[in-house]
Amino acid sequence: MNLKQIIEKLNLKVIAAEDSVDVEVKGGYVSDLLSDVMANARNKSIWITLQMHQNIIAVASLKEIAGIIIVNGRKPDEETIKKAEEQKIPLLLSDLPAFEIAGMLYSMGISG
Amino acid sequence: MNNNSVLFEEDFKIKGWDFTNAGEASLKIKNYLKEVGIAENILKRVAITSYEAEMNIVLYAKEGTINFKVTPKKVLLEVKDRGPGIEDVELAMKEGYSTATEEIRNMGFGAGMGLPNIKKNADMFVIKSEPGKGTKLNIEVYLK
Ligand SMILES: Nc1ncnc2c1ncn2[C@@H]1O[C@H](COP(=O)(O)OP(=O)(O)O)[C@@H](O)[C@H]1O
Ligand SMILES: [Mg+2]
Repeated sequence: MNLKQIIEKLNLKVIAAEDSVDVEVKGGYVSDLLSDVMANARNKSIWITLQMHQNIIAVASLKEIAGIIIVNGRKPDEETIKKAEEQKIPLLLSDLPAFEIAGMLYSMGISG
Repeated sequence: MNNNSVLFEEDFKIKGWDFTNAGEASLKIKNYLKEVGIAENILKRVAITSYEAEMNIVLYAKEGTINFKVTPKKVLLEVKDRGPGIEDVELAMKEGYSTATEEIRNMGFGAGMGLPNIKKNADMFVIKSEPGKGTKLNIEVYLK
């Protein structure tokens, strides 16, 4: 599924790398531990997290993550947004908790 | 060509607690390997080992270096830092063991998976540490 469709269906707010959202999403991963994402997330996955520190961008870039959904209405720092722009990692915001977002993605056919 | 001849080599300086540049060295290493067409599964393993080693310098040491080398047979990383060192290396190697502070954990680190995952993803891994001085890791990932 295309990330653009996901953004629309889940009503996500795009706050960085808006021109990099036309990509295929191959899976999903939920985690707030960076080492866990490094070890276990698959390429082109969408990453659901409540982490919003700039460190998430290097991890996403190394893992070639299709986009990061930051949940629970949390707002990332300026540095995180700047880095996401630089590395072309779409940063997406939602007021919903991780469980809801993962459930919706799963029902849309995205799996781990 | 000799199997030990160095095809590419680069040194990276890593600064402790510098989150603006944290991960940059690993990104450069990964992008280089990707550019020269290294297989995806090898790339993944190198990225995990270099990122975890790089972040341990950022989180725990004052400063350090990563020496990255590619030979026809393998990727080699030598990661050295000047820092507190590790008192009990065997304990530090245990999955889940971490001395990370609350502040570090709040940024998403401190799962205690770094060193174990380096070991898991490397074909060769040696860690040496001298308390009060620093830590040195030698990591190799074979290309075939
Ligand atoms: N370069 C280093 N210098 C000093 N201590 C280190 C270094 N690398 C690892 N350690 C120690 O080993 C522990 C385990 O490291 P690691 O497996 O990477 O997990 P984490 O970084 O999540 O704590 C760390 O919490 C720290 O106490
Ligand atoms: Mg670590």
